[in-house]
Amino acid sequence: MTTTRPDAPVERVTHTLVRDVVLPSGGILALLTLDNGLDHTKPTTLGPLGLAELESALIEVSRRAGHGEITAAAVTGKPYFLAAGADLTAASAVTTRAAARELGEAGHRAYRLLAEMAVPTFAFVNGVALGGGLELALACTYRTISSDVPAVALPETSLGLVPGWGGSYLLPRIVGIERAIDVILTRPAANKPYQAAEAFQIGLADALLDAADFLEESIVWADAVARGEIVVDRPPLAPAQVWQATVAAARERVDAVVHGSRPAPYRALDLLAAARDTDMTTAFAAEDEALADLIMSDEMRASIYAFHLVTAGKRPTGAPDAALARPVTRVGIVGAGLMAAQLALLFAQRLGVPVVMRDLDAERVEHGLASVAATVDKLVATGRMGAGTGAQLVASIHGTTQIEDLAGCDFVIEAVTEVLSLKKRVFAELEGIVSPTTILATNTSALSVTEMAAGLAHPERVVGLHFFNPVAQMPLVEVVDAATDDATLATAFAVAKKLRKTAVRVADRPGFVVNRLLVLLLGEIVGAVEDGTPVEVADRALRPLGLPMGPFALFDLVGPAVGLHVLTSLREDLGDRFPASPGLERIVAEKIPVVLAAAGRGLPADVDPALQAVFEPAPGTSPDRPQVVLDEAGVLDRVLTSLTTEIGLMLTEGVVAGPSQIDLCMILGAGWPFSAGGITPYLDRTGYSERVLGRRLLPDGVANVPALTGRAG
Amino acid sequence: MPTSATRPTVRSVVFVEGVRTPFGKARPDGLYAHTRSDDLAVKAVRELLRRRSELPPARIDEVALAATTQRGDQGLTLGRSVAVLAGLPTTVPGFAIDRMCAGAMTAVTTTASAIGFGQQDVALAGGVEHMGHHPMGFDADPNPRFVSEKLVDSTALVMGATAENLHDRFPHLTKDRADAYAVASQAKYAAALAAGQISPDLVPVAIRSPELGWGLATADELARPGTTVADVAHLKTPFRPGGRITAGNASPLTDGAAVCLLADGDTVAELGLPARMRLVSFAYAGVPPEVMGIGPVPATERALANAGLSIEDIGLFEINEAFAVQVLTFLDHFAMPDDDPRVNLYGGAIAVGHPLASSGVRLMTQLARQFAEHPEVRYGLTTMCVGLGMGGTVIWENPHHADYSGHTSAPTPAASTAPTEN
Repeated sequence: MTTTRPDAPVERVTHTLVRDVVLPSGGILALLTLDNGLDHTKPTTLGPLGLAELESALIEVSRRAGHGEITAAAVTGKPYFLAAGADLTAASAVTTRAAARELGEAGHRAYRLLAEMAVPTFAFVNGVALGGGLELALACTYRTISSDVPAVALPETSLGLVPGWGGSYLLPRIVGIERAIDVILTRPAANKPYQAAEAFQIGLADALLDAADFLEESIVWADAVARGEIVVDRPPLAPAQVWQATVAAARERVDAVVHGSRPAPYRALDLLAAARDTDMTTAFAAEDEALADLIMSDEMRASIYAFHLVTAGKRPTGAPDAALARPVTRVGIVGAGLMAAQLALLFAQRLGVPVVMRDLDAERVEHGLASVAATVDKLVATGRMGAGTGAQLVASIHGTTQIEDLAGCDFVIEAVTEVLSLKKRVFAELEGIVSPTTILATNTSALSVTEMAAGLAHPERVVGLHFFNPVAQMPLVEVVDAATDDATLATAFAVAKKLRKTAVRVADRPGFVVNRLLVLLLGEIVGAVEDGTPVEVADRALRPLGLPMGPFALFDLVGPAVGLHVLTSLREDLGDRFPASPGLERIVAEKIPVVLAAAGRGLPADVDPALQAVFEPAPGTSPDRPQVVLDEAGVLDRVLTSLTTEIGLMLTEGVVAGPSQIDLCMILGAGWPFSAGGITPYLDRTGYSERVLGRRLLPDGVANVPALTGRAG
Repeated sequence: MPTSATRPTVRSVVFVEGVRTPFGKARPDGLYAHTRSDDLAVKAVRELLRRRSELPPARIDEVALAATTQRGDQGLTLGRSVAVLAGLPTTVPGFAIDRMCAGAMTAVTTTASAIGFGQQDVALAGGVEHMGHHPMGFDADPNPRFVSEKLVDSTALVMGATAENLHDRFPHLTKDRADAYAVASQAKYAAALAAGQISPDLVPVAIRSPELGWGLATADELARPGTTVADVAHLKTPFRPGGRITAGNASPLTDGAAVCLLADGDTVAELGLPARMRLVSFAYAGVPPEVMGIGPVPATERALANAGLSIEDIGLFEINEAFAVQVLTFLDHFAMPDDDPRVNLYGGAIAVGHPLASSGVRLMTQLARQFAEHPEVRYGLTTMCVGLGMGGTVIWENPHHADYSGHTSAPTPAASTAPTEN
């Protein structure tokens, strides 16, 4: 029986090195180092071979412990890493349920030796400890952490998995159920790992030691613990009732966001609920079962696909040779509105160059500069930026009403009102002022960049750089190629990289990727409502997709006026697939509230049922079109069919290099879930791509459990 | 009875405490092959601060660290960079200093001078040398005038050759005597180690090797206990065919760091710091570079003169053993026997190693421990030879001695500085 695909990648094996250390009191500490033999750019991960090596090393250390040859054992890692977790590539290459289960069992076999050794065991968390790396530390009796550790986390539930090497059982017993839920569910959903001090504060580590002599002092600390001079206090387990109520409350919060769209968070909650009153053997077996089920799930495979996509996205597909990029030493921004001010701050901060913001009247300029200053003040006040850096940034951003002041800029980006003629005029005016090689970029979200460049003496230096709101947080930039030359494109990609954004090259087609699909989705939802489907049904219909919020909440976030503007613009360019909606026009015209207040922080808002009235035909009139009242499944089908068609068209038009680039855009630009792999893995696994386009979008097995392998295992 | 000093001293300077890393073999398989030199110094500084937790780190006025080759992981103004790396407040300044083998000694006497002159109160002084990362003289670019104008003998830059020259100049200091001295050094070190006189001054250092993983250096690596005269009698003489200098009677190439804490006497009293030695006098002297090993002789004579002491007043000697013959030259000059019981009680560099710019503070740290063991001794000295023909000597007074001069400006410092209400 083969357990992995023949083309499965070769494991980068992490070795376990063991060395004896003499403790201050004279005893012997067996010190294990996890090291893959590579530098800090190649994090240590644990695959089957590495785990087997760890297990055999621990068997020998356990034997010595049993014979009284050692006083204690400890695990640490190569510089900067304890371990960055399980080898995900290996996990997503598994083809049978039995092999998936074995992955969990192998981890448990090794880690259990640490948990049940005859001497105390210690994890010296010297660096990043993620997933299985942190679980290794949790299996030890005690943990020290170095003050410089940047990331400690159990991100499994965001990758379609559960902490399945003991973490789901051990963590709540160490830090308490409430904190365990934060670590296993809340933080992964927010993609926010713990730093050292915080990890110590919540009990993930028993001692926080200075990085300058972390290992030396960890050994001293371990010796003191082994001798009983230091006693570590851990909170008692919460009463069963409190424990279960805490899990139940967490389950409600998860359900309010996830709506059953992916299994991993629920499986994690099941394990956490059971952790209080079960033994290690039973709990570890339950983790094995959960891992086996999840590794053989399409949601997990899509998540790993998405994870790799996002990681690989840092090196853009189809970017010209980076050596062609021109230096950017001074940036001009046309406009001083909300978007312009955000761009000014980002460019000044990340490029470290002077930025000039230009608007027509002095009041608008002042307002833009004040907005920058206010943002900086807030960052400084909350400690996220040093006062010196803040002062430097504010000083490096200037405002002007004179477009001539942009003359020395080698990169100018416009962020004026979305009106083509206005933007054309801006570029034409700029061309008379700046040098012939100055890059002219536009932050348009839906207008044609090619038309914007038409008529210029040097249209080849015009490029689209479509940022998303809020600019500081959203990681995506669509780089729009509109007969743009390679030097300009290369500069755009280089700038995006310095801005720490993931750049995706897109063709100059209306709405590019993210807006085209998001607005199409919104259009289908309001279309369904205009056709007679109740707003509440339409609002719930997309829940199986696992989007970050419902369609009306998205509409509210985008702003109804902007949404309507883009919808109208796309209808003009792409046709009636982007429907007209009298109800939408009324909402915008009369500023009618769209959603109710969210039930709590971080929870999505539901549509305001009163909105239904907007879409009701006026009394005594007959509706413009025949009424088709859909149920949730019907609305979902309508949206998915439409998305599939549109993606087919986008690929034919060459909007992006391939389906994966669409997924990357939707994940980073719209927050579409890993469990759907963005969108195309979801359309493949639900059969939409075959049904609508007659073909899969991604090859079988790339982002799903391949069809011909033992799904039933 | 001589007076303690003939030259005026503004303030007493006290040696509070010294520590060092275990000394490692300067080879690819040595303890510190994969450990940075500056990190060795950082570990020593942090250990010193841990041991003297009564000292607020912000009270440190200077960090002076020596290295002979100040580049790579020994570059970037060691005193300051190590202060930052060790987590000292940014208000604490530092500098790097170099007098080759007497680097740490010069760090001590330079900062002590600032303290004695009343400009600073507390200083960290020491040195580090990773001879594995920085082989002696590597990449040095000696001025051609040294040769063309015969400013120095052609052998002057090769330390082993200068030691051969000493044997030439003093034929009665034979290879046999040098070997016997070296074997005794190994035996004294082994005895001191067994008696627990070495380990208390050591700071453990985490070490990593790609093949072995992380480990902990807790003991010196180079000593060869049980060495006999027969073992060393026929070793190669790499500096001269038929020569006398061998790996057996010379110090080995070594990696290590040593740092000490100095303070003026009143600050010592104010903070309740221990006073292990009081600085009495110091001196440096130049000699012909081709016989640099004789340097400690004029340096010691000058230091004794500065202190108004004579050699008979010195009860304990810590002399750096770059080469056995160089120690014998010193003993011979002062008419002391080869096995004088006052000299190098714990053995010396021939056994433990000689990480050039750090050795001076090792000598002082050991002398301080011997002072505590020998309250009957009032004065001791630390001395060493230095490349390019120099010697350095520091004379210290033992606070444990009945006639100790004291180190505070007021006769009853505790009463004058501490409020008495509670």
